[in-house]
Amino acid sequence: MEVQDRHSANTNVMLEIHGLHAKVGDKEILKGIDLTVNAGEVHAVMGPNGSGKSTLAQVLAGNPAYEVTAGSVTYEGRDLLEMQPEERAQAGIFLAFQYPVEIPGVSNAYFFRAAYNEIRKARGEEEVDPLEFAGIMEQKLEVVEMDPAMLSRSVNAGFSGGEKKRNEILQMAVLEPKLAILDETDSGLDIDALRIVADGVNKLKRPDRATIVVTHYQRLLNYIVPDVVHVLANGRIVKSGGKELALELEEKGYDWITGGAPAGATA
Amino acid sequence: MSSSIDSLVSKEYQYGFVTDVEADTIPPGLNEDVIRLISQKKHEPEFMLNWRLKAFRRWQTMQEPHWPNVHYESIDYQKASYYSAPRSVKPKQSLDEVDPELLRTYEKLGIPLQEQKLLAGVAVDAIFDSVSVGTTMRAQLAEHGIIFCSLGEAVQNHPDLVEKYLGSVVPYSDNFFAALNSAVFSDGSFVYVPKGVRCPIELSTYFRINAADTGQFERTLIVADEGSYVSYLEGCTAPKRSTNQLHAAVVELVALKGATIKYSTVQNWYAGDAEGRGGIYNFVTKRGKAFEAAKISWTQVETGSAITWKYPSVILQGDNSVGEFYSVAVVNNRQQADTGTKMLHLGKNTRSNIVSKGISAGHGNNSYRGRVYVGPKATGARNYTQCDSMLVGNKCGAHTFPYIEVKNNTAQVEHEASTSKIGEDQIFYLKQRGLSAEQAVSMIVSGFCKEVFKELPMEFALEAQQLLGITLEGSVG
Repeated sequence: MEVQDRHSANTNVMLEIHGLHAKVGDKEILKGIDLTVNAGEVHAVMGPNGSGKSTLAQVLAGNPAYEVTAGSVTYEGRDLLEMQPEERAQAGIFLAFQYPVEIPGVSNAYFFRAAYNEIRKARGEEEVDPLEFAGIMEQKLEVVEMDPAMLSRSVNAGFSGGEKKRNEILQMAVLEPKLAILDETDSGLDIDALRIVADGVNKLKRPDRATIVVTHYQRLLNYIVPDVVHVLANGRIVKSGGKELALELEEKGYDWITGGAPAGATA
Repeated sequence: MSSSIDSLVSKEYQYGFVTDVEADTIPPGLNEDVIRLISQKKHEPEFMLNWRLKAFRRWQTMQEPHWPNVHYESIDYQKASYYSAPRSVKPKQSLDEVDPELLRTYEKLGIPLQEQKLLAGVAVDAIFDSVSVGTTMRAQLAEHGIIFCSLGEAVQNHPDLVEKYLGSVVPYSDNFFAALNSAVFSDGSFVYVPKGVRCPIELSTYFRINAADTGQFERTLIVADEGSYVSYLEGCTAPKRSTNQLHAAVVELVALKGATIKYSTVQNWYAGDAEGRGGIYNFVTKRGKAFEAAKISWTQVETGSAITWKYPSVILQGDNSVGEFYSVAVVNNRQQADTGTKMLHLGKNTRSNIVSKGISAGHGNNSYRGRVYVGPKATGARNYTQCDSMLVGNKCGAHTFPYIEVKNNTAQVEHEASTSKIGEDQIFYLKQRGLSAEQAVSMIVSGFCKEVFKELPMEFALEAQQLLGITLEGSVG
């Protein structure tokens, strides 16, 4: 199988997930996930609502609302589950949130620079001053075609759905993560915004970085071409394949994989 | 998973050290002889002694107020000492002669008093245990005719001004703690800005409580003559002690026709330990009187003290006068705060604006209490009040007590209030971007307080922001 070949042939493993189980409250959502991501790859994680896609993204980022009950996750040789959310971020893991959070009264510029400097500090680099940072931001704003005026607005407060998603991609462009996880970044975006977001992701692509794209629809994958596509259903990866798998899913629907069984009542 | 937040230890109060200086302290107890002794030690003229005695006699007839939403054991007023002065402070000495131990104390607090190390653009009066130890940049101020000195010196050198304005805004009979202060106050700051002068630099008083078991009774008087402008800052710290100490200060502001006074406070008295032992009882009366077209603006950031009881107020006496109150009050652990303002609209077309931000964490209890009064002659008066509370954790409390009394039907009075909880989702979002839990909380809270912080002078705004972070450290979990 091609996925297996890819695994054994490549020694540049970035993320390795084995038998991962996780629950929120009393409800078990992840029921044994196995996944390996190598540097340089783009993985798409697809699946119906309630299959556990977003939970997987949140667990990788370390959201304390989710409890890992079994399994292991190794990131660049480190035990990821032992790391605090901020340590994961400092080690290069970035989650583009499905629902970006509003922080009223805190300007985007201030927030961006604070995050940028924390991540630089963790890499042993010097912090940058506001002036120097303004120069960096100017270039990055172009990547997502955003108005510089957004820098003086409060973080996500009063942003439209599309602006919030673009703001996530802007953060990703600024923080330059090694492993970016995009949680349904395409949901609620019109076609222009979708293209801008995808361009942003593609521009960041490098052999030493990897991306996990969590999405319900195949649409985004026209712009961000995945190396591997996984289908998640009822807390497990039920099928993996190349980019053509996404097209097949789009055509035949999730019932084709899940055998018509409802994968979950709610999103 | 939030164990990392749980395990964060509260940061120690970093100003909790004691300075070892010889002090001249009157033995505990309060009677007319003590008041005569205080007045005599300060070489005061007859009018001051008489005023103190009248205040004392009035105080004896008054009851300690218990209407604030705070709880504490009764204070034994006979157990405290009412005067303590570092022995090395002699009247009229220059800063070069100040006891190096005292200079080091202020150095440690981040307030350099030596002229060569001064912050640009700020003149400082340093008050150590209610006695002024030195005032900087006086010569520069004198060029503009501005008087900035200790109240004790003003009594000696400008008795006419003191006699005219002392007690003109907060009469000695005003309330229990103001009466006590009037009887026993030892020192404080005095400012006079002449007609039409815009004070070119920030004036600042730095209050430091050092002595144990000594009540602290400063009195500040600021007079801005017609058309003048002054911005004044005060900062406060105290050593960590296991017993409670009473701090009952009075601040009076007089803004004559067309004058502006901006008064900013960053209060960081020792708040007691996590179980509520020790800390300062901060029972303070602050009030300003605004004459025609004058403006008085209070900005306060209250992070310290075991109990805060304080309502900086404005009497809008003159037509077209303006009163403002911007407040951030934070309580953590067992701290209690009952704070707010009074805006008394007496003149026509008077305007007032109130923005209060209360933050409660730990077992803290925070109350906003505000009174807006519009008198029968205050045609066209307008008030806007915005009162927001933020809760950190679920063992703390936030309360709002607005009192509105309107006796003129042309007045417009608006009150808005909100309560929110600091969100786990906000903290996680910021942590996912690489910030620590403390940084995250500090950032969220700073955002919440932004409207108030922007009223503070730049250096103070930064200090206030850091102070908030420190006060709330370890409170999330």
